[in-house]
Amino acid sequence: MGTQEIRYFQVGSHAVGNRLLDPGQRTVQSDPERANALTCGHRACQGCGEALGARYVVDAALRATAGRLVAVNATGCLEVFSTPYPETSWQLPWLHSLFGNAPAVATGVAAALRAQGREDVRVLAQGGDGGTVDIGFGCLSGMFERDDDVLYVCYDNQGYMNTGVQRSGATPPGARTATTEAVGDAPGAPFGQGKDVPRIAMAHGVRYVATATVADLRDLEAKVERAMEVRGARYLHVLVPCPLGWGSPAALTVRIARLATQTGLFPVYEARDGEVTGVTTIRRPAPVEEYLRPQKRFAHLFSHPSGPAALARIQEAADRNIRRYGLLGDGGPS
Amino acid sequence: MRRQIEGARGVAESVAACRPQVVCAYPITPQTHIVEGLGVLVGTGALAGCEFVNVESEFAAMSVAIGASAAGARAYTATASQGLLFMSEALYNASGLGLPVVMTVANRAIGAPINIWNDHSDAMSQRDSGWIQLYAETSQEAIDLHVQAFRLAEEMSVPVMVCMDGFVLTHAFEPLEVPSQEDVDAFLPPFTPRQVLDPAEPVSIGAMVGPEAFTEVRYLAFHRQREALGRIPEIAADFAAAFGRDSGGLLHTYRCEDAQTIVLAMGSVLGTLKDTVDALRDEGIPIGVVGLTSFRPFPMAAVRAAVGGARTLIVLERAFSVGVGGIVSADVHMAVAGLDQRHHTVIAGLGGRPVTRVSLRRMLLDAEAGRLEPLTFLDLDRDLIDRELARVRARPRSGPAAENILRDVGVVGARPH
Ligand SMILES: Cc1ncc(C[n+]2csc(CCOP(=O)(O)OP(=O)(O)O)c2C)c(N)n1
Ligand code: SF4
Ligand SMILES: [Mg+2]
Repeated sequence: MGTQEIRYFQVGSHAVGNRLLDPGQRTVQSDPERANALTCGHRACQGCGEALGARYVVDAALRATAGRLVAVNATGCLEVFSTPYPETSWQLPWLHSLFGNAPAVATGVAAALRAQGREDVRVLAQGGDGGTVDIGFGCLSGMFERDDDVLYVCYDNQGYMNTGVQRSGATPPGARTATTEAVGDAPGAPFGQGKDVPRIAMAHGVRYVATATVADLRDLEAKVERAMEVRGARYLHVLVPCPLGWGSPAALTVRIARLATQTGLFPVYEARDGEVTGVTTIRRPAPVEEYLRPQKRFAHLFSHPSGPAALARIQEAADRNIRRYGLLGDGGPS
Repeated sequence: MRRQIEGARGVAESVAACRPQVVCAYPITPQTHIVEGLGVLVGTGALAGCEFVNVESEFAAMSVAIGASAAGARAYTATASQGLLFMSEALYNASGLGLPVVMTVANRAIGAPINIWNDHSDAMSQRDSGWIQLYAETSQEAIDLHVQAFRLAEEMSVPVMVCMDGFVLTHAFEPLEVPSQEDVDAFLPPFTPRQVLDPAEPVSIGAMVGPEAFTEVRYLAFHRQREALGRIPEIAADFAAAFGRDSGGLLHTYRCEDAQTIVLAMGSVLGTLKDTVDALRDEGIPIGVVGLTSFRPFPMAAVRAAVGGARTLIVLERAFSVGVGGIVSADVHMAVAGLDQRHHTVIAGLGGRPVTRVSLRRMLLDAEAGRLEPLTFLDLDRDLIDRELARVRARPRSGPAAENILRDVGVVGARPH
C-alpha cells in the first residue's frame, strides 16, 4: 500500500522536529524572534561545541529574562573567538575581566544591580572548564557558598583549548593533551585524577545544578530556563566537544556528545538543593570504545600495550556512573 | 566636630559618607578595622543602599569591585600587603578597563619574611598597575583623601588607591573630623559611569585588543593620569573651600624657602621628619621637607619646582627595589634631571622599624657634613649582616637566613646550629 514510514532526522535523539510541536514547546532557536546573542562571524573552529552550546544557553537565558540579562565571561576560547577587537559577536551587555575571576565579577554585577534596585536584570557567568574547575574554582566556590544570584555555566571541552589543548582538572583519564602526551608507559592523562564539579556544586547546597550536552539542545535550553526561575547560585555544566582538541571530525560534534551520554561517561541530570532530582536515562547504551574511537586524543588506547587495561578502567568509570545515577532507568534516582 | 577615634574608624565613616553601593571585604591586618567598621555601618542601616560582600580572597574582592563598577555601582574595598599582591592581576584589569574603584591600602611590608608592620613595599609593588596612588600623611588626611578619591576616580574613570600607613595611622586614636553626610553629598555627585552593563544599551567590555590598537588604548590610560595631575590640585582646592582643611594635592612643602637640603618622603614619617627638621632649623641648618601625596600620577614639574633650589636632595623611602635601591628616587631623579644637586636615597622603616628623630637627625647631619652615602639603609645593623654572611661562607648548609638572624638578635631560642 502507499504508506511511507516517517523518518526523524535527528537520528538517535528520538526528538521530534519543532514543526510537530505546540508553539509553546518549540525550541528557542526555532523562534525567528530569538535574540541570536552570539551572532555569526565569530572565529570559532568549524564544529565548535562551545560556540553551539553558548548560543543556545545565552539565547535561552535571554528569552527567560525577557532580554534583561548581563553576561560575564572568563578568558578562554569563547571570549577570544567572540571579541577580536574591534568586533564583538555579543548582542547583550557583556563583560570579560580575567581568566580566574568570572564568578566573582558576576557576584559584583549582581550586587550592583541589587544595590540599584534593578534585580529584574539577571546575571549569567560563563567560562571554560579550565576557567571553572581550576583557576576560577576559588571564586566559584565563594559564589556558590554565598548563594549569590548568578547562573554560572561551564562549557566543558575537557582541556585548556585556547592555549593549545593542555590538561585541565576536567581532562578525562587517558586523553592525550599537549601536557599529557601519548608517550611513555601510561600515555595520556593519568587515571585517578580530576574533579567532578557538578557534584562539588551539589555539596555546596547550590539551589540548582544541572549537566547537559550539545547533543540534546532542547534539554540544554530547558535547563537554562529552569535555572532562571530560581534565585541564588546556580550551576550548569555543559559538555561541548572540541574538534581541534579532541581530534574529532567537525561534523561529529553532536554525535560524540551524544555518545558521551550513551556510554555513561557523562551523566546528564538535574539536582536541587544538593539532591539529584532528575536523570536523563540512556535509550541506546553504547560501550565506551564507540565514544573514544572517533577521537584522536584517545588513539593510543587502541594501539599501545597499556590500551586494553586503560579501556577497561574507562568502562568501569562509565558503569559506575550508570549505577550511581541510575542511567539505565532501573531504579536510580530518576 | 572632632572626635577621639581610631584612624581606621574615621576612614570607614568617611567612606560610608561617600555612599558606596558595593563594599567587598576580606580581612588582612592592618586593614581589618576599616572593613569591619563599614560592615557595622551597613548592618545598622547607617549606610543604606549598600551591598556588603564577604568574599573569599582579595582576588575576589577586586573582581567583585570590577563587576560592581562595570554595572554602574560605586565600589570600594580595602587591603594591604599580601592581599594587595594577591589581587594584582585584578588591579591591572580594573585600571585597564577604566573602572573607578576606590581602595584603601593600609600599607604593610611584604613577606617573606612575613611581617605585619608598616612600610610601603605593598603599594610600591603595584606602582605600574595603572591606579592613581595617593599617600596620606595623617589619619585626617586619609579621611579627607577618600572623599576626594571618589570624585577623582569617577571624573577620570581611573581607580584610586588611598595609601595610609598600617598601624601608625590605621590604629592610632586621635581627634579626627569625619566630613558630614551633607557636606560630602554636596562635594561628591552621584556616580555617572562612562561605560555600564545595561540591557537597554548593550556593550561589550573587556574585548581582546591586538597590536593594531593596544598602544592607543594604553596611551589613553597614560593620558588620563596626566589629566589627573591637573585635577588633583583642583579637587584639593575645592575640598579646602568646602571643608576648610588642606589635604591632598600633589605635594606639600615644609620650610623649603631657603633650604639648602630638602628631604622628600611620603606618608606618616613626614611628621617625625618635620619635627627633626624644626630642631635642626633652630640650630641654623637650612633644611626643608617635601611630602609627596600623589605618587601616581607622578608630578614631575611640581617636584622639580619644589626641590630644584636645594643643593642636596634626600629621598627617604619606606620600600626599595632589590638590586637597584630607591623606587621613588628614580622618578624624583628624572624630575630634577640636569640640575646641579647631590642626591641621596635613604631606605628607612622597613617592616615597621621605627624611624626615630635621633636616627633622622644623625642622617641629616651626615648629609650636611658630606658623609652620607648615595644609598643608605637607615639604622642597618651591619654586625648582624656580617655574622650571617660569615655563616654562609663557612658552611654550604647555613640554614634559613631569617631564623639565623633572629637567633643572633636573641628572639629565637638558642638551638645550636
Ligand atoms: C591567569 C592566567 N593564566 C593563564 C592564562 C592563559 N589562558 C588563557 S585562556 C586559557 C585556556 C582556557 O581554557 P578553558 O577555560 O578550558 O577554556 P577553553 O579555551 O578550553 O574554552 C589559558 C590557560 C590567562 N589568560 N590568565
Ligand atoms: S579550539 Fe575547540 S573550543 Fe576553541 S574554538 Fe576551536 S573547537 Fe571551539
Ligand atoms: Mg576548556
